Amino acid sequence: MHEVSTHPVAHQHTAPTGFIRKYVFSLDHKVIGKQYYGLALVSVFIGMVLSWLLRIHLAYPDYHIPFLSKLSAVGAPGGVMTPEYYLSLLTMHGTLMVFFVLTNAPFAAFGNYFLPIQIGAEDMAFPRFNMMSFWTTFAAFVVMMASFFVADGPPISGWTAYAPLSAVGRDAGPGLALGQDLWAISIAIFCIASLLGALNFIATTLDLRARGMSLLRMPYSTWAWFVTSVIALLAFAVLLPACVLLILDRVAGTSFFIPAGLVLSDKLQPHSGGSPLLWQHLFWFFGHPEVYIAILPSIGIIATILPVFTRRPLLGPKALIGSMVAIGFLSYMVWGHHMFVSGMNPFSANIFSVPTLIITIPATIMTLLLTASLYGAKMRFDTPALFCLGFISVFISGGISGFYLAQPSLDTYLHATYFVVAHFHFVMAVASLFGVFAGTYFWFPKMFGRMMSESLGKWHFWLTFLGVYCVFMPMHYLGLVGNVRRYSAFVDDYLAPLIPVHRFITIAALLTGAAQLIFLWNLIWSRFRGPVASENPWEATSLEWATTSPPPFDNFGGKHPVVYHGPNELGVDGPDGTDFLMQTAAPKSS
Amino acid sequence: MGKVFAVLVTLITLISIAFFVMHTWWLPPNISTTGKAVDHQLEETLIGTGVLFLAGQLMLGCFAWMASGKTKDTRAKRFPGGATSVVVTAIVVVGIEIFTLTFVGSKAWGAIYLTPAEPGALRVDVQAEQFAFYFRYPGPDGQFGGLHPDKIDDGSGNYFGLDPANDVAARDDIVVGSLVVPVNRPIALSLHSKDVGHSFYVRELRMQEDFVPGLDIPLHFTATQVGKYEIVCTQLCGLGHYNMKAYLEVMSEPDYEQWLKTQAGQ
Repeated sequence: MHEVSTHPVAHQHTAPTGFIRKYVFSLDHKVIGKQYYGLALVSVFIGMVLSWLLRIHLAYPDYHIPFLSKLSAVGAPGGVMTPEYYLSLLTMHGTLMVFFVLTNAPFAAFGNYFLPIQIGAEDMAFPRFNMMSFWTTFAAFVVMMASFFVADGPPISGWTAYAPLSAVGRDAGPGLALGQDLWAISIAIFCIASLLGALNFIATTLDLRARGMSLLRMPYSTWAWFVTSVIALLAFAVLLPACVLLILDRVAGTSFFIPAGLVLSDKLQPHSGGSPLLWQHLFWFFGHPEVYIAILPSIGIIATILPVFTRRPLLGPKALIGSMVAIGFLSYMVWGHHMFVSGMNPFSANIFSVPTLIITIPATIMTLLLTASLYGAKMRFDTPALFCLGFISVFISGGISGFYLAQPSLDTYLHATYFVVAHFHFVMAVASLFGVFAGTYFWFPKMFGRMMSESLGKWHFWLTFLGVYCVFMPMHYLGLVGNVRRYSAFVDDYLAPLIPVHRFITIAALLTGAAQLIFLWNLIWSRFRGPVASENPWEATSLEWATTSPPPFDNFGGKHPVVYHGPNELGVDGPDGTDFLMQTAAPKSS
Repeated sequence: MGKVFAVLVTLITLISIAFFVMHTWWLPPNISTTGKAVDHQLEETLIGTGVLFLAGQLMLGCFAWMASGKTKDTRAKRFPGGATSVVVTAIVVVGIEIFTLTFVGSKAWGAIYLTPAEPGALRVDVQAEQFAFYFRYPGPDGQFGGLHPDKIDDGSGNYFGLDPANDVAARDDIVVGSLVVPVNRPIALSLHSKDVGHSFYVRELRMQEDFVPGLDIPLHFTATQVGKYEIVCTQLCGLGHYNMKAYLEVMSEPDYEQWLKTQAGQ
């Protein structure tokens, strides 16, 4: 039984009735969460198709892709992409994936939907801000996608947009005129949206917790979203002005990132006094914490889901939360490891290397806690559980290669090679997406009131798990040979023998991508045909499972949950012969 | 299901490690005096992280296998030592790894980037531009001419923006498209860019350094093997990035002197 309290937090708005306010400009955090998820889903499939195109071009440079010439007759005449169009698509792949998928899906989408419910609130602290942050993100997405349709296409400067390539305009090459403007404007808008979202998450977590929901009783996912919000607040607050300065350099003739004496397209550029390294410092001051913005929510999601399937509490809850906080703190001291060979003072490389290596300690603690929690458990191997196991494996693989890149003396060889591509795809992209997959299979019943297909889910898992290793593990070997990333063709003598490896990766990427269509089909099929879900199909303990599936508009149907336990009461003597206690289960003595 | 996962993760781990151990795809032989320390550092890291990788993945596979057992024993077994043992193990094992790597690695890094070039090193000025490298030697007078960006003109071959009409030192500067150096002699490069960011990467030297517009960045090395090696750009610099390369030609001392004379005479 869930007790009813006189919790002071009243719902700040009433249930809308019109279509527009209910599904489009909704103030309901659950609708906004779904909107973020939808935007991330669209972005991830665009990003994935882009990666297919890039991979096909690398392995089979002369292969004709008919629809490509329709997308850009100049960029892909006859369906074969030009070197500059390769870079355009590469930039868009990275930008869409990092900003619109890895930031949106695990953090904004699931966080919006479940953070308020998990702490027993009826909505976010600022529902209007919440609506604004989604629609601002959507505006950023539209501006970004518009760059596909401008004269010389999207920018070619990569998702890191290093100055002065990104700052000097058309003279630096195609895509660097209007396409780059749109990129910088889109990212600036995205920053505003993320700042609004982060403030909202922080205020909600601190102010709207239900009675009895102390900080240490919050589920790990809520902790992760909370810590991530703090990181995001500080990180996007730096990227925003950096983008504004970049826009000013481009359109207002300032020279924040452009020094004197540059000659491009045979023209002496009318700039002086700027520093290209300033952009790198500002960008990576955001960029490294961004890695944790992508991965921490997934760690929190996995830590929340795994115990439900091992039917026992996670080992060391405080150590896990402490590690999240430590990572959040340390993430601000390590940005320089992206710049070991950038020309900054080489002494500072040693300074940045140490905290980068130290950050592996809390990361190792978290990984070991998750792994050791499996020991002696009797596990239920449903699809969310499989993605939890997969997450641990890919997080280990991606984390291990961090040891190499954290050392300046090795980075001097491996920097800008496929070793780096392998590292960040494993640790940031694949691991984060495994968290999103686990979260989707786990929470879909709550979000849509229907279960997802288990058999399709399992096929999706096995193919994806094997696939990502076939795609990204060989990239380590390419990196060891010194295969430079961001090359649209391999014309160097030593790179030609590596083309068979690239072909293997391309085929694996196509198949792994195709496996994601199973996931997409499962989402669509289950939404309409999946078995109806009960209130708590997984026998979990946190508050979202103490309400209907899907939850009513105010989350708890006019009730205010009271919390008596932490989220870890699994493997205990529960009511009616169950092995768990809901957070809302009143103690027997009361 | 747990057993399938255990088998799969073990196979993936062993196959992945096998390719590292067999050196199927590997670094080219080192040709610099400082590269040996980098290779040593890489070897140590490979062993240390290889053990962690193997242990981590096998432990995961093993526990997943155990967790799929259908024992009737409902008492949940706890990990020996609980969370404390996990935290202590992580701090001690990773701490030792970090300490060792930092201690050894900072020396390797310092030898390349924190130690200045030897006073008698051969100075070569390197200019990167979209999408080529150019190398400048001071010529018989031992002096480099000044640089004037406004005089840069690729059409007439004035890549550096020299002003020989008014600058005596610039008149004998030798500008070529390959980096030609004598073997076993310290070389001091000065890297600067004409337009956007570029990078100087020679795998065999175990060396990479960016060209940053507006900065002159020093880099020094001593090549120990005669031969021809590729210099490639690793910093995204525009549409021709993939095709931006030059060669490092390491010659014997007499061959180098002969080459220099030929260049100076042109």
